Amino acid sequence: MKLAFCTRWGLFVGVLVGSLGLVSGQTEDPGRITGNVQMLWQSYRADSLIGAVVPPAKTGYNAYGNLIYTRGGFSAGMRYESYLNAVLGFPGRFKGTGIGYRYARYADADKGVDVTIGNFYEQFGSGMVLRSYEERALGIDNALDGFRLILTPTPGLEIKAIYGKQRLDFDSRLINGPGIIRALDATVELNDLREAWYDKEMRWRLGGSFVSKFQPGTSIQKDTLVLEIPQNVGTWSYRLDVQRGKWSGGLEYNRKINDPSADNNYTYRDGEALLASLAYSQRGLGISLSAKTVDNMSFRSDRDVLLFDLPINYIPAITKQHTYNLAATLYPYATVISGESSASAEVFYMLPRGSALGGKYGTRIALNVAAANSLDTTRLSGVEGAVNGYERNSWGFGEEKFVRDVNLSIERKISKNLKMKYAYFYFEFNTLATPVTTDFKGLVYADIHVLETQIQTAKRQSLRTEVQALFTEQDKGDWATLLLEYTWSPHWFVSVIDQYNFGNPDPASRIHYLYGSAGWINGAHRLSVGYGKRREGIFCIGGVCRAVPASNGFEVNFTTSF
Amino acid sequence: MWLLGVAMAVVSLSASVHAQQLPAVALKDLDGKATNTTDLVRDGQPTLVCFWATWCSPCKRELNTYAELYPDWQEETGVEIVAVSIDDQRSIRRVAPYVNSVMWDFKVLLDPNKDFARAMQVINVPHTFLVDGEGNVVWQHNNYAPGDEEEVYEQLLKLTE
Repeated sequence: MKLAFCTRWGLFVGVLVGSLGLVSGQTEDPGRITGNVQMLWQSYRADSLIGAVVPPAKTGYNAYGNLIYTRGGFSAGMRYESYLNAVLGFPGRFKGTGIGYRYARYADADKGVDVTIGNFYEQFGSGMVLRSYEERALGIDNALDGFRLILTPTPGLEIKAIYGKQRLDFDSRLINGPGIIRALDATVELNDLREAWYDKEMRWRLGGSFVSKFQPGTSIQKDTLVLEIPQNVGTWSYRLDVQRGKWSGGLEYNRKINDPSADNNYTYRDGEALLASLAYSQRGLGISLSAKTVDNMSFRSDRDVLLFDLPINYIPAITKQHTYNLAATLYPYATVISGESSASAEVFYMLPRGSALGGKYGTRIALNVAAANSLDTTRLSGVEGAVNGYERNSWGFGEEKFVRDVNLSIERKISKNLKMKYAYFYFEFNTLATPVTTDFKGLVYADIHVLETQIQTAKRQSLRTEVQALFTEQDKGDWATLLLEYTWSPHWFVSVIDQYNFGNPDPASRIHYLYGSAGWINGAHRLSVGYGKRREGIFCIGGVCRAVPASNGFEVNFTTSF
Repeated sequence: MWLLGVAMAVVSLSASVHAQQLPAVALKDLDGKATNTTDLVRDGQPTLVCFWATWCSPCKRELNTYAELYPDWQEETGVEIVAVSIDDQRSIRRVAPYVNSVMWDFKVLLDPNKDFARAMQVINVPHTFLVDGEGNVVWQHNNYAPGDEEEVYEQLLKLTE
């Protein structure tokens, strides 16, 4: 079966590409092939102090190779994947080696037709009702597998229609989840409908989506109730974006019906979400505000799975994605999937060059504030409670605090060879809502200070340092991180990072996590080698986080593209 | 078996594989206007396509450095810099305020579901491509370290001489 699968697709792609190549051998445009390769190898040593264990295979190896053939409007591509065995932190069920993604696509831009068969990634609007994407570093890939038609019958109107299943797993081949997804989306760029409107200062974009999932099901038992499981789940959304000069704003409403699932404890309550955003920017100043309420909007192509499996939609976190080690990895916030109300504000400002405060080169300042709470709800009892769970009283904040994140950064070029940046973070983080640690349950209050410097030491050489400290009375106590990175442009780098839990209440746990790496870059080729200890923790990209176990050992990472 | 198929395909095409070219992908700019990436190719003039994100520190270091050098580069080589943000829905609303606050004069495009990045075989950001006036990728670099801008400048001069 597996062999048949690979053979079928191999032959399909091979013959398709091969015949096109042969047929077109004499013509002007024979098409072209591009691709990329990524290989990640890790070896493991036991380290009882940090809790690192050695898996039976002693090493982990993930590799990915993409090939895309393009000729005019036609393209076909595939991704070959290997998990031999999957590196720690990846879903351990990813196994074997084979084709995990393949597609063929034809786009006729002049006629406004674009068709894809096989796998594809897609996003409707903000992604709140449908987003398929790959975040490889997290092992997330919910690629759709089926058909997609994109029509642009007239400039300014775009219609997308989708039928497909969704990637769940990989075992020497792609394994899709059980649900069938049917989806329709329309976007109208009002200004593009008529030529006279095109250069109007005010721009309007309207959109609407409908996404439906079918999954066979019968009934579930709750207490004394036998509840019928709806086999069809529907979601829809309306969205409006307006832009005028320095201002832009967006509003989106989503609704979901008929979706008892593991995420909502099999209740029948409708899901609902409201998102609003407003931004203003001019040269040297940018302000952005956003607010959202998300209530029971988890939506998967299998009602019984959790965490990272088979999400049809994407619910981004309200907080900024931090990049400094201590701010990014200890208490990263991800949206509470059952529901939350949240708001954020951000200001970017450049103190002008040559001004008293701005200095010779100007100074960049950024302030960001984000807050999320539970929904404002009342729990229902009896049969009503078993069926619907709760009712929402308002779109506003509920009583339970999920997160507060206030952060400020000031960045300044001091001289031709020296740049400095200071950043401060204040977190209140509810580890019951976002379970990033097992050592503490409740609100963690943390202050983080970071000082970064970058010194040009010689022509094309520079030293970058980060000194970071996190202070908290809760959880694992205080931390410090020191980072040194030396680069020889354009080809070489070495770096050392030490993460030190100096304030751990348990003196035996005051551990240094020391990790060194070196790398070589040449054009699109990049090779890096690292060795050391890595903390058990949470690794996040774009609001999605995955728990990564502690490890100690070597890592080799190679990427190239052509 | 499938490998054989691919090998066949590659062999049959090997005489005709070109350098990487800018693929056609429909994106929006910061004003919400639709742009096709093929329109980035400017007759005879070079274009520097830089993939970045608001959460990527090296990307911002790279583009802030280019921003300082951009007027000179434009004057000497006619280059246009296009900064393609791969910020997704979590941070896409931060792109315009950030870009305006740091006063980049680049063309900025939004690629929230990485359609263009995938078509360009980008794995990590920053990834920078130098594209000639015919749309061919003539140089690329997947990283940023201070000093890389000198390499970019040399490549620009080589291309426009």
